[in-house]
Order: sequence, then structure tokens, then C-alpha cells
Amino acid sequence: MAKERIQLVVNGAITELLTEPQRTLLEVLREDLGLTGTKEGCSTGDCGACTVLLDGRPVTSCLVLAMEADGREVLTIEGLAQNGKLHPLQEAFIQYGAVQCGFCTPGMILAAKALLDENPHPAEEEIRRGIAGNLCRCTGYDKIVRAIAAVSGLEVDR
Amino acid sequence: MGSLPNEKDKEGYVLRRFRYYAPATLEEAVSLLGELGDGGKLIAGGTDLLVQMRERGLHPPYLVSLKNFSQLRGIGVQADGGLRIGALTYLRDLERSEVIRQRFDIIAQAASLIGSVQIRNTATVGGNLCNAAPSADMAPPLIALEAEAVIFGPGGERRVLLEEFFLGPGRTVLATNEILAAILVPPPLPHSAGTYLRHTPRQQMDIAVVGVGAVLQVEPESRRCQVARIALGAVAPTPIRAKGAEAVLTGQAITDELIEEAAQRAVQECRPISDVRASAQFRRWLVRVLTRRAVSSALAKIS
Repeated sequence: MAKERIQLVVNGAITELLTEPQRTLLEVLREDLGLTGTKEGCSTGDCGACTVLLDGRPVTSCLVLAMEADGREVLTIEGLAQNGKLHPLQEAFIQYGAVQCGFCTPGMILAAKALLDENPHPAEEEIRRGIAGNLCRCTGYDKIVRAIAAVSGLEVDR
Repeated sequence: MGSLPNEKDKEGYVLRRFRYYAPATLEEAVSLLGELGDGGKLIAGGTDLLVQMRERGLHPPYLVSLKNFSQLRGIGVQADGGLRIGALTYLRDLERSEVIRQRFDIIAQAASLIGSVQIRNTATVGGNLCNAAPSADMAPPLIALEAEAVIFGPGGERRVLLEEFFLGPGRTVLATNEILAAILVPPPLPHSAGTYLRHTPRQQMDIAVVGVGAVLQVEPESRRCQVARIALGAVAPTPIRAKGAEAVLTGQAITDELIEEAAQRAVQECRPISDVRASAQFRRWLVRVLTRRAVSSALAKIS
């Protein structure tokens, strides 16, 4: 099967590659670019482990064909820290114990970043809605919500 | 409905190969679809299509991408106050649109319920309608608003009332060489409002067990209902209008008793099946409850 050429901006870097059309953005990121921070959890867009930001918008990359991402900007978890300095969300997740096995974490942090980019001071309900597309089997979400709330300056009781 | 999840390909969820086309113009796309015939599938957001290709045994040899048609994405207010919604408009943009939330809130309500933020940033209103699941959440609201589908084909444009767009589960009036281009929504009636409600077992990320969209026009002082439109999802092979229920309300002063009567009438008009999500009996119960709630909610928004 003939490969097609696509060009995307990945974590700020213009990236050109050849791919067969049936490959997804998730596969290209992990297998062609070695960016394995983005995880494959379900391949059906249900778990959110594969969340990346596409033109600033959170999407499940398992459902985005690489061909459909041609010409667009992608931010993966690897692109969040700048010059070795962690993003506030990454710091908060560590500080609040919001990471257990860590498998959901890249997708969760990117979903949270997109939420705060759009709504810098969400209510708790809005935080939970904003990460509703990201499943976590370990933490029970409580510390994840607290970590995000901390970054946005929201006081969470209980 | 195709293969069960435990019958997936031995290779896991890797997609089978296909040829991929990304035409530059609508005419080119239509011509290409005509040549490819039944083998070709259109891809918009792909959130239904790719899942079907992984789990439902769908293996189209060709995909025709709509990615170059930015002119089919966006919400435009018409001169008469109606809307032209591009078929490729993301559900997330419908959810967040100021003009839709202010004047056609029922559309934003429905869009906000579909999937997750990630799905809504990828999935399109046209895709939701053309996938034509009986439970499609965008259908009852748009049907209740008496929206029209704008279809582009070899002969140019044609329009079909959305109520008549669906033929059965997964089937629409679209020919293989036609593309849904836009949805036209008439201007909102004065003193009107709508509500879409659905029942799902989970709070997020689910598929409607029953969906009800109600749009009412009510005279504020007399509470006389001038227009009632009630559309039901997931209780028939296609989304349907409950015209009997509408007739109960139309021309009458609305009371709680009348709303209950309309809700019971809607139950008589639905034809649900029992499946993994619910029994037909439970769906009938939900039609009654959700019709009552949706009509009451629309009424409250007008007052």
C-alpha cells in the first residue's frame, strides 16, 4: 500500500513523515516519532488515555487518522514541560498524589490543560465534566480534581 | 449489529488497509463517490466510523475525506434569523456557540451530552446525523425545530426535511454520491423554547436509552400552546415525531394534566425494542417521564 506524505507540527517542531493511510495519529506519535507518553487504552475513544491537543483542542488520537492530522498542530505530554521545567499541572499532580500507575496521567493532564486554557477558574463540577473523557482506574479521581483545582486556585472542601 | 467486542481481529485494533482520497472540491468529491460506488465511505470526524471499523466488522476499501471542506464548517445566522449550520461543524462548537445557546438552546443541550470533550472536538453534527443511529442525540432537537438537511449531489443542492431524512438504523435518504452539506434551522418562533433530555445509565460518555426533544410556542399570558413539536430518539428504527402528543397540546392552555396526557400519548406512538441497554417496557416508561419533563422544561423557559 502506497504511503502518503504528511506534515504536522508536533510539540512545536515541523515534522514530515510518510505513512499508510489507515494509521492513526496515535500510532504515528508512538511508533514513528517515539513519543510513547500518549497511551493506547481502548482504541475506541472511550478512555481518553490517548488524549493529545490538536490545534489546542483535546481529542482522542486513536480515532484521528494521521491523514486527518496533516497540516495541524499536535501537543503531546512530552511537549508540556519547557526547558526541563514542569508545567504547573505536572507539579500539582505530583504534589497532590494524583498519579498512581500513571497510565491515564498524560491524557488526563492534557485534558486538564485544555480545560484551564478555556476556563481558567472552573468550578469543581466543571473540572469533573472537563475530564469526564479520561478514565482512571487507580485514584478514584479525588486527588486529580484537587490537583487541577489547586492550579486554578479553587478551594475544594472535604 | 455486527461482531461483538470479543470477536475483534486477532491483530487487535489495527485498522485494515484502505485507499484514502481527499478531494479538493465538492464536485470532485461527488464525482469520486459516484465512481467508487458502494465501496466508498465518507469520513468527517471519524468517531463513529473508526469504531465501526474496529468493532463492527466494517472494512471499507476506500475512504473519502471531507477535510478540505472548511466551507462546510461553521454556524451562520441567516437574514431571517434562522441558522445555517455546516455539516462539518464540531459538536463542541455547537455546545459553546453563543447564538445557539441564546436562541436555539436545545441544540447546544443535545451537543453537550454526546461523548466527551475529546469526542465533541472531533465529531461533527453531520456525522451524527448521517450515521443515523436511532439514538442519535442531534436528531430529536433538530427535528423538533423543523430543520432541513441541505444535500449536495451531482445535480447540485436539494433539501429534505430532517424528519424525512432517516430511513432506518444506519440508513438515510443520501445516495452514495451525495454529501450532507448543512442543516438549515428556521428562525425561532416568538415566545418559544426547547429542551432535549435523555436517559443514560452513566452520567457521561453514554448512548441515549431514550431521547426526547420538545419545542413549544406558548402565549405567555393565556398559556395557550400555539405550536408543539415533540421528537423521540431510540424508540423506533429512526428518530420520530410524536404528532399525537403534539396534537394534545396544540391550541390548548397547558396544564400539568394536559402535559401528562401528551406524555402518555407519546408512549403510544413509540415502537421501542428491548436490547442490551433497556427493555422496551422501560423505554416506554422513560418516554412518558422524559416527555413530561421536556415539555415542562420548555414551558418554564418561555415563562
